[in-house]
Order: sequence, then structure tokens, then C-alpha cells
Amino acid sequence: MKKPYAITLDVESSLANHTGSWRVERPQYVNLMPPCNNACPAGENIQNWLYIAEDGSYEAAWQALIQENPFPAIMGRVCYHPCQDVCSRAKLDEAVGINSVERFLGDLAIAKGWKIPAPEHASGFRVLIIGAGPTGLSAAYHLRRLGHDVTIRDAAKVAGGMMRFGIPKYRLPRNILNAEIARIQEMGVHFQLEHHVDNLQDAIDDGFDAVFLAVGAQIGKRAYIPACEAARILDAVSVLRDVEDGQAPLLGRRVVVYGGGNTAVDVARTAKRLGAEEAIIVYRRTREKAPADDGEIQEAIEEGVLMKWLATVKHAEEGTLKIEKMALDANGFPQPTGEFEELEADSLVLALGQEVDLSLLSNMTDLQIVDGTVQVDSRMMTGRAGIFAGGDMVPADRTVTTGVGHGKKAARNIDAWLRKGEFTKAETPEVIEYEKLNPWYYSDAPHAMRDRLEGARRATNFDEVVKGLDEETALYEARRCMSCGNCFECDNCFGVCPDNAVIKLGPGLGFEINLDYCKGCGICVTECPSGSIIMVPEKS
Amino acid sequence: MTTAPIKFYQVGSYAIGNRLLPSAAGSVQSDADRTNALTSGHRACQGCGEALGARYALDAAMRVANNKVITVNATGCLEVFSTPYPETSWRIAWLHSLFGNAPAVATGIAAALKAKGRTDIRVVGQGGDGATVDIGFGALSGMFERNDDVLYICYDNEAYMNTGVQRSGATPPAARTSTTQAVGEAPGNVFGQGKNLPRIAMAHEIPYVATATVADLRDLENKVEKAMQMRGARYLHVLVPCPLGWGSQSCDTVKIARLATESGLFPVFEAERGEVTASKKIRRQVPVEEYLKLQARYGHLFSPKRRDDVIDHLQAMADRNIVRYDLLESAGE
Ligand SMILES: Cc1cc2nc3c(=O)[nH]c(=O)nc-3n(C[C@H](O)[C@H](O)[C@H](O)COP(=O)(O)OP(=O)(O)OC[C@H]3O[C@@H](n4cnc5c(N)ncnc54)[C@H](O)[C@@H]3O)c2cc1C
Ligand SMILES: Cc1ncc(C[n+]2csc(CCOP(=O)(O)OP(=O)(O)O)c2C)c(N)n1
Ligand code: SF4
Ligand code: SF4
Ligand SMILES: [Mg+2]
Repeated sequence: MKKPYAITLDVESSLANHTGSWRVERPQYVNLMPPCNNACPAGENIQNWLYIAEDGSYEAAWQALIQENPFPAIMGRVCYHPCQDVCSRAKLDEAVGINSVERFLGDLAIAKGWKIPAPEHASGFRVLIIGAGPTGLSAAYHLRRLGHDVTIRDAAKVAGGMMRFGIPKYRLPRNILNAEIARIQEMGVHFQLEHHVDNLQDAIDDGFDAVFLAVGAQIGKRAYIPACEAARILDAVSVLRDVEDGQAPLLGRRVVVYGGGNTAVDVARTAKRLGAEEAIIVYRRTREKAPADDGEIQEAIEEGVLMKWLATVKHAEEGTLKIEKMALDANGFPQPTGEFEELEADSLVLALGQEVDLSLLSNMTDLQIVDGTVQVDSRMMTGRAGIFAGGDMVPADRTVTTGVGHGKKAARNIDAWLRKGEFTKAETPEVIEYEKLNPWYYSDAPHAMRDRLEGARRATNFDEVVKGLDEETALYEARRCMSCGNCFECDNCFGVCPDNAVIKLGPGLGFEINLDYCKGCGICVTECPSGSIIMVPEKS
Repeated sequence: MTTAPIKFYQVGSYAIGNRLLPSAAGSVQSDADRTNALTSGHRACQGCGEALGARYALDAAMRVANNKVITVNATGCLEVFSTPYPETSWRIAWLHSLFGNAPAVATGIAAALKAKGRTDIRVVGQGGDGATVDIGFGALSGMFERNDDVLYICYDNEAYMNTGVQRSGATPPAARTSTTQAVGEAPGNVFGQGKNLPRIAMAHEIPYVATATVADLRDLENKVEKAMQMRGARYLHVLVPCPLGWGSQSCDTVKIARLATESGLFPVFEAERGEVTASKKIRRQVPVEEYLKLQARYGHLFSPKRRDDVIDHLQAMADRNIVRYDLLESAGE
């Protein structure tokens, strides 16, 4: 071709010039561990199900959630949400209301009748679970999904454990509890209720290949309190159990509850609902040091429950209690002051914690017991091969969510043990810190609150106190998630590259770096809101 | 029930895109099929703000003008790094003549198109700050004065970068360049000189004058779109950090542009026929120091001895902009 004056070469595109050769570091997309996921005792992939929910795909979000936890509707009511305590969004405005979105998904699933996927094909193994509380139910669910034949035995008439006989219905309505348990039943788990296991060895001999113990901690702790004959002293778990059974005990006009945990708070609130004019919590330390969830203490106060911090019960008479004032010493421990007062009380309810009833293990010497709890290894296996344990009966936090997490972990290890393999958990990536995010990009969006019944109104009935979110608000809340450490397709990297070296793969597929042209400037890394790109050195 | 409007898309309009936004509401840059007016393989430094700004602006112009755009480029980095003979990174009609005559060439092309009855084809002139505020200034002023139908875009990196970081009329006070060394009592560029071209353009009372940065893509694209819908002389002044000349990390280009606006040092506003009509409000205000300390060209303000007097002087400039362009969200809004 004839060229113009002074032109000797054909025009070429600069695409021929591979500027990628300049690079000494390269950007790399990563999936890091969001703080919320890391804190969830049930090991939920919170960021992931929030992400799925964000475009309104609620059923898919729910399915992702129940891969780890079969009880979203229960969780959304009773979980103490440690995820929210560490949510990075709190450093920007307020934590994401993870728990309220979880409840929204759980309630929607019940309303719409969404189903758990069919179990994997039958493994041929039979597993026995003792105890149908959250721990046992979670294990049953996960084992069933893995294809095992599962039998669950419980002494009670109905399944649920402390979720039913402890947690009052104004916090966890029974239709919700029943619906989520029914789903597990529908999977083909055999429930043998009113079946108290007295001797574990006999149960094993029924022909099971593995056993999971989840008997919880049922026995209310007693403290020695000098009392006259006529003093009315009850224990909290029995009171709550009787209320659930429809046999509410007579507590009188003035009820004193002794203890500072959640059980104490629940009993006091229940007493109010049963008609007590006054319910007073007496605790030897301060509100800050009380183990009860602060939100629940707040709710109790709103309902008119009175609090007597830094006080112990010295003596119980008919109608009165002798209380000693305490003072915190330099180490923060309560010490007696020698100052006493009288407190009118028709009954005293002890809520001093629970102990594990280990009688079914009496002749099993190979199970190690320390401080009243059964010891397990990292697989949740006891000293006897094939016998696993979890929940309140092993040393750990005593919460529903921890139990659910134990059930899952045990199920996966039982599965591996039965199939003679070693269950290896996928490697956990590094937790992403807030400092690694670029929060500039997130719109300002304060947390949406859940409505509650008015304190005075709710204290007279057992209606649910905390209301759910409507769809609009749940979606808003889900979209407040910053997707810590995981790409959420904001297109920033694709936009900010001065070299067009980011390839957009399409919805759900994310992006890829075109290494032919990436010069390694790192703008994409700085401008990624969620910290999902890191710089790694080029191999020289 | 506390309800919030559902419109919240996590990143609002701050990020380039968002998978939750309907595609019509997406930015040009979030579109996988954007023009890529300046494509890969160009030889700009790592993290070059000018390369980024040019693609942002021209891709937006192409969308508005149905891909009928002719660009005239002054000499400078943008021209040199994009067209080392015989290669070109341009995927649009593009022409380069001289350092000082881009506005005049653009005027000529606009006149020719008018004569041919092809006013559907739009003309964009562009150049660095040296080309715009210094050597091409006379031609540009003429273009404004005649109200020629050209959108002229200045990519302001605050010095003559291509020839080794010499001071221009747009270099800010105290900045070190190769011709304003950090020596003596008043190190770096002097205070009180230089040219504020957006204000000079406003003085010509042309239809549209606006400033923007590479830190706010949506704002930049909106301004290009608005300008392209108008006829006559229009001027867009885009702040484009230069890692080489500013002595900043290549990864911080967008961040530095953001700090320039959030500190008030670079006001982002729009003006029509000589009057300011809107300004972009500061969202999270920062002291100028946050901006300065990321750049080696201001290093002498922090070591060997901290120069609070100079930093305060620069802060006073930012504060003046804040008042002058009404950059703070007024209380109660
Ligand atoms: C009043 C109260 C309120 C609480 N509130 C909360 C809360 O809001 N959030 C939270 O996360 N946690 C809460 N908890 C703690 C939580 O309920 C427990 O940590 C959790 O239920 C433990 O689960 P688990 O399955 O290990 O045991 P459990 O729930 O106690 O279940 C054990 C089951 O085993 C059965 N069982 C026991 N022995 C035998 C046997 N020998 N044979 C057959 N069956 C047997 C029991 O009948 C029971 O059904 C609360 C606890 C109480 C007491
Ligand atoms: C008439 C003339 N004088 C000097 C030069 C050398 N020269 C080429 S680019 C340039 C500086 C360009 O600075 P600016 O316009 O700010 O663009 P930048 O490179 O900073 O993007 C100079 C001085 C030239 N090409 N023509
Ligand atoms: S912002 Fe989202 S991903 Fe990050 S911690 Fe909170 S809920 Fe988890
Ligand atoms: S010197 Fe500055 S303007 Fe020129 S290519 Fe490098 S970064 Fe871009
Ligand atoms: Mg320049």
C-alpha cells in the first residue's frame, strides 16, 4: 500500500504492547473470612446468604443458610448474635442487623413451606442421638442430609429441649419452634419421644454404628441458703418447665429471683406474666458483670422487673428474705459488707445455673468427665470411639447456637468416622479487618430497628415481644452488608484501572485481571470497597 | 414499623457500578461494552490519573454523541503515551497537531463540520494543564470568545509532566517541581501566582464550565453528558493525579483525588454563563494535611522541619474554597 509522505510503517494498535511486563506485583482476587462468619458459633456463611438475599433471592439465601444451620427462624429470635458484635459496619455507623434478616428468611421459609433438599443416597449406617434439644436436632439434620439413618431419643413428650422447656414463648413462639422441628421430622429422622435413656451401653447395643450424646444440662444448681420450713424456694428450670407444661406454679405476689443469667431474667419476666406484682432479680455482682444478655435485661426492666445488684440472699423466712449488700473489691469480686436488709418475698426462685445429669454414663469409665462435663476431642468424640457429644453437656458456651454448631461439627465428623475417613474442614482464610476495607464507597445507611411490643402491654401476656422486619426493611438491612473480604460486583476495579486490564465476566462471575496489560499500579486494590483484592509479588 | 426506602443500593452512586442497579442506571464505565476510547497497551506510568480521566471523559462523550466524536489532542503525556509511532491506543477519531494549538484545531474542525452540514459529529479538544492554561491559552480564549462548538477538556496534573515535571500556571503553591525546588525560605512553588482556568473560562461567560476529578466518576460522567447536550464553547477541568510528578504511590491516584476534594483544596462545581450553579458537597471533611502527606512534592512541609505556616496557608486556601463554592452541607439539611 502506498503510504503518505514520511510514513513507513502501518498503523498498529497499542494492544501489541504488553505492558504487563512492567509489573512487579499483581492484583489477585481473594475470598477472605468476614468477621461475622468467623464469630458465628454455627459456622454460618453470613456474608454469603446476605449477598444472595440482597437481590431478593430469598429462597436461595435460605437454602445457603440452612446448609449450616437448620433453624433460621429460631436463630432470628434467640441467638445472641455474636456476629453483630464484630460486624465491621459498626465502625462505620451501626452493625448490620444480621439476626433480624435471618429471622425474616426463617419466617418466610415457614410461610412459604420451603423444603430441605432430599438427603444424599442412603449410607447404610445407623446413628443414635440422645437428646432432642438444638444440639441433637442439628446433628440429626446434618447426618440425615448426609444420607444416614438417624434415630433421636428424648425423655420429654415433645422435642426441643431447652428451646421449649427453658426459653419462654414470648421470645420463641411455639408454632415457630414446631415448624422448624417438623421439617427435620419430614426428612425421615426417627423420633422416639418419652424415651429416657438410663443406660447408654444398652442403647448402643440396639445396633447403632455411632452415638451422639446431647442431653444438655437439665439440673438446676442449688445453693445452700438457710431457710425456715415454710419458705417457698423453687428452681428456675423447673418453674419454666412447669409453665410450658401448663402447670404454672404459685409464685405469689412478690417473687425474688436469685441469679444474674438469662434464666434468671426469663423467670422474672415469666413471673410478671403469671401475675406477680413484683419480680425482683437479686444478683451478687453488677449489671455490667451479669452474664445475662444486656438487651434482655433492658427488656425486663421495661416490663417492670426490678433489679437488685450487689446483693446476696442470706436467709429465707416465710414471706421475707434477708439480703446482704455486697461491694466489689479491687479485683472486681463481690465481697460481703455486713450490711443487711429485709426483702418481702412470697417465693424465691433460684436461677444459679444448670448441671449435667450424667447418670446414663454411670458405667462408662472410658468417658472422661471434668467438672461435671464430658470431655471431647476436636472431632467432638468422647474417650470411646464412635461416641460423640456436644451442646450444654460438654465444656463450651451454653447457647442454642453453640449447640447447633456442635451438632453440625459432630455430624460431619461422625460421617467421616463411619466412612473411615478423616473429616477435613476446608482451610479457613484469614479474617479481614475493617482497616482493609475502603468504606468511602458505602452509602450512609443507619440500622433498621425491630419493633417491640410496649413494655407495659407485653408484661401481661406471652405474646412475642420482638417483631419481625417487613420485606422492604429486611432487604434494606441485607444491603447494608459491606461484603467484607468478598467481591460484591460493584465494578470499581473494572472502572478504576487506567489500563483496561480488568475483565468483567458478567453477573455472578466477578472479574479477572488481564495480565498482558496490568502494570500492577494497585489502584483496584485501594479502591475495592470490600477488600477483596490483594497485591502479591510477582515471581522474579 | 421503622421502614427505610428500598432505594439503598449499598454503594449508592459512589462506586463505579453495582450489580443491584438496573443497567440503565449504571455508569458508562460499568458497561462491559464501553468504548474504551483509550485502550490497553498505552505507555502511561503505573497508576496514571490522566489515562484514567481521559477514558472516563471520552467514553461518556461517545455514549452521548452516538459514537460520533472527533478528538483533538495537544502535545503532552496523554498524546505521547498513547501514540508512539506507529502504534495508537485510540479507538476513536483522534488528531494531534501541536502543543499550543489544540483549541484552534478543534475550532477549525467544528467549522469544517458545520460547513459540511455534519453538526451531528461532535468535537472534543483536550490537553494537559500546560497546554491549556499556558501555551494554548490564547487559542482557547479565542475559542471561548467566539463560542465555537467545542467541548474542551483539560486534564490537570498541575505541571508539565511529559518533559520532566516543570512548573505550569496550574501548579499549586508550595509544590515542588523540577523548576520550583524545595529550597530557601519559601520552598516549592510561590504563593499568589498561577491561573485558575475554570474562573477565567467563566469570565468568558460561555455556556458551561465545570470541574471534576477521577475520584467521582458519576459526577464526571454527568458533567460530560450535560456538556455534550449543549452547543457552543464548553470547558471541563479534570483533576488527574500524576504519581510520577506528585511523588505519590501509584495505588493512591484515586484516593488522592478524593482527598483533594474532601479537603476543599480542589472545589468541584458547575457554572453556566459565568455563574456557579452547583457544587459537590464535601462528604467527610479532612484537613489538607491528609492530602499533602501522601505526596513527595509536599514532603518538605513535613521534614526535616514541619512547616505549619505553609500548611496553614494551604488550609486557608481550602477554607476559602469551602466558603466561595459553598462546599459544606448546610446544617439541618
Ligand atoms: C431459661 C433459659 C433461656 C435460655 N435462653 C437462651 C437464648 O435466648 N439463647 C440461647 O442461645 N440459649 C439460651 N439458653 C441456653 C440454651 O437453651 C441451651 O444452651 C441449649 O438448649 C442447649 O442445647 P442442648 O441440645 O445441648 O441441650 P438441651 O436443650 O437441654 O436438650 C437436651 C435434651 O436431652 C433430653 N435428655 C436429657 N437427658 C436425657 C436422657 N437421659 N434420655 C433421653 N433424653 C434426655 C432432654 O429432655 C432435652 O430435650 C437458655 C437456657 C435456659 C435454661
Ligand atoms: C511548542 C512546544 N514547546 C514545548 C514542547 C515540549 N513539551 C511537550 S509536552 C510538554 C509538557 C506538557 O505538559 P502538560 O500540557 O501539562 O501535559 P502533561 O504532560 O502534564 O500531561 C512540553 C513542554 C512542545 N512539544 N512544543
Ligand atoms: S458488614 Fe456484612 S460481611 Fe462485614 S461483618 Fe457485617 S454482616 Fe459480615
Ligand atoms: S508522567 Fe504522570 S501524566 Fe505522564 S504518564 Fe506518567 S503518570 Fe501519567
Ligand atoms: Mg500537566
